[in-house]
Amino acid sequence: MAKGLADRVSIVGMGCTKFGEHWDKSAEDLLLEATYEALHDAGIAPDDVDAYWLGTLSSGKSGLTFSVPMKSDYKPVTRVENYCATGSEAFRNACYAVASGAYDVVVAVGVEKLKDSGYSGLVVSGGDTDGTEPNMTAPAAFSFLAPAYFKKYGLDAKTGKEVLARIAWKNHRNGALNPKAQFQAEVPMEKIIRSPLVAAPLSVFDCSGVADGAAAAVIVRTEDAQKFRPDPVYVKALSVVAGYGHGRLHQDYDFTTIRENVAAAQDAYRQAGITNPRREIDLAEVHDCFTPTELVIYEDLGFSERGEGWKDVMNGVFDIGGPLPVNPDGGLKSFGHPVGASGLRMLYELWLQFHGKAGKRQLDNPKLGLTHNLGGFPWQAVCAVTIVGKELG
Amino acid sequence: MAGIVSYGAYIPYHRLSRRTIAEAFGEGGGTGEKAVANYDEDSVSMAVHAGLDALTGLTTAQLAAVYLATTTAPYAEKLAATTVAAALDCPAALRTADFTDTLRAGTTALLAGLETAAQRGPVLVCAADCRIGGAQGSFEKELGDAAAAFVLGEEDVIARLVDVHSVSADFIDQWRTFGERTVRAWEERFILAEGYFPQVKAAVEGVLTKDSLTPDRLAKVVLYAPNARAHAAAVKMLGFKPEQVQDPLLEQVGNAGVASVPLMLAAALEEAKPGDLILVVGQGQGSDALLLEVTEAIVKLPIRRGVKGHLDSKKTISNYTTYLKWKNMLAVEAGRRPQRKRPSVPAMWRNQRQNLALVGSRCTVCGTPQYPRQRVCVHCKTKDAMEPYAFADKPARIATYTVDYLTVSPDPPTVFAVVDFSGGGRVICEMTDVEPERLDIGMEVEMTFRRLYEAEGLHNYAWKARMKR
Repeated sequence: MAKGLADRVSIVGMGCTKFGEHWDKSAEDLLLEATYEALHDAGIAPDDVDAYWLGTLSSGKSGLTFSVPMKSDYKPVTRVENYCATGSEAFRNACYAVASGAYDVVVAVGVEKLKDSGYSGLVVSGGDTDGTEPNMTAPAAFSFLAPAYFKKYGLDAKTGKEVLARIAWKNHRNGALNPKAQFQAEVPMEKIIRSPLVAAPLSVFDCSGVADGAAAAVIVRTEDAQKFRPDPVYVKALSVVAGYGHGRLHQDYDFTTIRENVAAAQDAYRQAGITNPRREIDLAEVHDCFTPTELVIYEDLGFSERGEGWKDVMNGVFDIGGPLPVNPDGGLKSFGHPVGASGLRMLYELWLQFHGKAGKRQLDNPKLGLTHNLGGFPWQAVCAVTIVGKELG
Repeated sequence: MAGIVSYGAYIPYHRLSRRTIAEAFGEGGGTGEKAVANYDEDSVSMAVHAGLDALTGLTTAQLAAVYLATTTAPYAEKLAATTVAAALDCPAALRTADFTDTLRAGTTALLAGLETAAQRGPVLVCAADCRIGGAQGSFEKELGDAAAAFVLGEEDVIARLVDVHSVSADFIDQWRTFGERTVRAWEERFILAEGYFPQVKAAVEGVLTKDSLTPDRLAKVVLYAPNARAHAAAVKMLGFKPEQVQDPLLEQVGNAGVASVPLMLAAALEEAKPGDLILVVGQGQGSDALLLEVTEAIVKLPIRRGVKGHLDSKKTISNYTTYLKWKNMLAVEAGRRPQRKRPSVPAMWRNQRQNLALVGSRCTVCGTPQYPRQRVCVHCKTKDAMEPYAFADKPARIATYTVDYLTVSPDPPTVFAVVDFSGGGRVICEMTDVEPERLDIGMEVEMTFRRLYEAEGLHNYAWKARMKR
């Protein structure tokens, strides 16, 4: 069981590229852009950094992916990968490195260059297998959640579709206010509902986009943070859990939840001393890879009671201006999902919101925020929940 | 003396109307329909299901041999009968062989199987074919896909072999050479006059003479024929009355090649009464005529899906182009997804029983069935206390599902389902032969053995789910 860092580690600078189809930029270009933005934000130079953690799923292997373009002077670079939770995983390991005292200043950076593949969706090449695993696309895997949820809570197909569309509508509306988002336009409910089917009942607008991007954070021990800036962001909880395939093997998993979400959230809440997440957390950036994923996340993270998430969606609970804004930056829906970058991109929104720099989507003085990053499938996933705040204690 | 102990059949779910084929070329006419294997079916997968049907109420544990008759095996070099045996979870101490290269292979395999059964023990003989004719030709309309299977043995015989007569002739009527997918033939009048008619006549007269039988003594005649006209002419030539003749199923299934006679024989046995004499005539570079006598044991044979059950369960393909895609006869645009890479043969070998026979594991401590097989129990976490557990025959229902329009398939959209088995355990798998609009959580499904894909010449088989037939 993770002990929790209890504010001992702080973020003192962040950077994030615009997310989108960067036909003119390589993964190296994006890494440099995000890293240098974070270093400038912290007021430091590359020489001040002791070690780097690089998160990427498939845009390169080993630390060399970063050290060569960065010319990082024989400093340690560790490449980490944990499916779609890769960005959060890079951040978590970097935090532990400074917490241990082994290093004083570290950088976590995540990147993914997806648009060079020639395919429209996320494509992950596997190892040498017997080739019998179902050849499912990611939207198909996550759309298992929708009919199961609808059936269990008595939503007819039309209502269910509206609930999912309402989630996409909200995230696009938020993304329209974000200059770094891939998609910066509101999308009417009717257009979302009528868009072509991808993995029934999911349509095109129920799926996150596919984008290139990078994001980075500079991390120090809190005792040193004031040397860099007066307003660091404090790390309250770092949780990563890896599922054991329970949902694939055991009939008592009913596809209306993702158990790894629950486990990671409970772990993180314990570390941060949170007992009522709906009331205590001011904003959350969650892994809306597909709209039904966001729907079950509300319930898994304790933002909604079981079976009530869909009503909270329709009542605007998670809108900007609602009691608990979720994905105020526009989410994966508006940003796409450059895998290694997403977890750090979520933290970047909290960073902006805590510093009052979120522009038109600025919330009223939020103090405690959560990011949630999910990889794999509903039946076997890795999940990261990170909690950060602008105040100590 | 050895005889038939049990029979089974498999006819694919899909049918193509001959009128649809004609209309695709702006032509008129076309009567009846043909059975069409889905893109993920082949002679091996159809043979497995005919075998399962024949094994209704029986086990594979006592089998001494598994024989497969087909002219459409997946490999030119690599046995197919072993894949059938593996899918049926047969023991390793087993004789296996493919009988091939002639449409007479069905009766040849039956005769070999009867001899093996007399010497060594029960034998499963499967016959399957899925030949294709070139577009717009007569073969395209005539040929259909199907399979049949028989368990042969010396105990509980439902039809004993009375006698047999075979003739051989190095006669070229139709042929496919290496690398050719479609059938070629010589002029039909020559084929029939010099080949088919004299060959079946010699075989039939040979066996009837041996047993001093007149044609009227026969309850049923199962007679191979390339098409309906030849069938009618041969019946007349041999002196059989219409009520004695087993329907060759050309209007419902088409000419199923090697499987034609076995399928007709299975249909004849469905209607047979104790004491009936059945004459079975296969043809192709000669002819085999088998005389069978039905015994009292046939009345005790458990119910199976059989020929009738499969004929009644069908869906008509509305587009000729769908048929062309399934038969890989249409140059379709490659999907904008990565090509399937070839499977790892060592991994296939390690996981063979799991993948081909759908055998997972069950924890001997807490009893939880699990698929794929595990070493540490998902429920009680005990390590290495598993026993093999078969899922293929367990009743199953849909826990949830999706209709995937993005996955590239010759039969889009692709349905994936979470399938929960009665007694515990679940698989996440593809569905096939599926009508997406009929799907619902809780719907009953059954598992079906299919060819997942071919890559770099390797064929990969596994189980999918389908709506209960």
